Amino acid sequence: MRTTELAIIGGGPAGLSAAISAASLGTKVTLINRDDDLGGQLIKQTHMFFGSQKQYASIRGIDIAGILIKELEKYQDNIEIMNDATVISMYEDGVFSVVQNEKYIKIKPQSTIIATGASEKFLTFPNNDLPGIYGAGAVQTLMNVHGVAPGKSVVMIGAGNIGLIVSYQLMQAGIQVKAIVDASPKIGGYLVHASKIRRMGIPIYTSHSIKYAHGTDHLEKVTLSRLDEKWQQIPGSEFDIETDVLCISVGLSPLTELLWQQGCEMRFVPELGGHVPVRNENLETSIKGVYVAGDVAGVEEASSAMVEGRLAGLNAAEALGHTSRDLEDKRKDCVEQLNSLRSGHVGEKILSGLSKVTV
Amino acid sequence: MRIEEHPILSFDKGRKVNFIFDGKAYEGYEGEPIAAALHAAGILVLGHSHNKQRPRGFYCAIGNCSSCLMVVNGQPNVRVCTEKLQEGMVVETQVGKGDLR
Repeated sequence: MRTTELAIIGGGPAGLSAAISAASLGTKVTLINRDDDLGGQLIKQTHMFFGSQKQYASIRGIDIAGILIKELEKYQDNIEIMNDATVISMYEDGVFSVVQNEKYIKIKPQSTIIATGASEKFLTFPNNDLPGIYGAGAVQTLMNVHGVAPGKSVVMIGAGNIGLIVSYQLMQAGIQVKAIVDASPKIGGYLVHASKIRRMGIPIYTSHSIKYAHGTDHLEKVTLSRLDEKWQQIPGSEFDIETDVLCISVGLSPLTELLWQQGCEMRFVPELGGHVPVRNENLETSIKGVYVAGDVAGVEEASSAMVEGRLAGLNAAEALGHTSRDLEDKRKDCVEQLNSLRSGHVGEKILSGLSKVTV
Repeated sequence: MRIEEHPILSFDKGRKVNFIFDGKAYEGYEGEPIAAALHAAGILVLGHSHNKQRPRGFYCAIGNCSSCLMVVNGQPNVRVCTEKLQEGMVVETQVGKGDLR
């Protein structure tokens, strides 16, 4: 059985940031990443980030991944990276098992940071399993990472930031976006993204939803309908749009399987995307030495995931006996950055969610 | 359908490789996910549901949803959205839950 001081599960923005901050204090880190490449979902994000300079504002997600990986390399003596490695179980005694290259490996770390991210939510409607109906993030991966178009035209369900950004990126790739549809009466994403979309002439149907998908072997047409103020479909308001791709962008849910397996105390918090772990200010869960960072702790933006990662890395390192002269300043800086990212209208929802799980 | 022109991205493709899907020869790029190569070739149906045999395609692209399980080089239940394409691979539509040969 292998041992390590700190295991970090997940090589996305939160996990990478946690590895950097923990290793910078001298912690021996094992970073376990399911993908072949580090960066998580940053590697498909061609848009520039918001926030402040510290969260890499105005830099494209794909380039932020490169910046983090470079920073990680500075501490390579302290970091062992396991790519293409999936953690498949975690036990109460702190042992967990990893599958890599078809080998079963057991690891016992002194502490763990779980940064497994989130997965896309789905929507219920007749024929929702037809090929041609994809998660919006999946389409982003297919076109931006692999250079393959999902189809000829797209109807997007969801006018949150992912729905708006992916629609824009589809147009950039030369794919027609026929409509963006959202059940809510208001556009959920940032107005700057929505204006860009409107300028391109793409209609955004608020208070609308999908009623039916048509096709035999793959999607051919969708039926949309208007919703009343109680979010119920209005009979007679239906209309059809011919399309071979439907993207679903209705939010994310935290990938919390490993937290459940270990027995962390969980709570259902809709504002954070579903079941999330109870944690203290140090991002430590109800199990001592098990920390969380990023979307697994509550669905937010990659910017806050990076800051949470830094914070969890510092706290885990300190609890393991590592320190530095500027540790307290660094920690304060993270907390201030998170407060600033969570100010404003979207932040209110996040803060209300966090108040239900922070003890 | 491959995206040939893009205002921001350039795609570093591996070398061209040949593979077999359900007995027919196809081309793709080495190292890309098998599902990307199939999609580029216009193949959208990757499997079928167990009970009603409804067609299933690509959904999550990151190995989470199990919508794209296929038989690759004789091994069933391979997630082709993350499995990398290699020269000479034999990809088959999986029937049922798959048997280890």
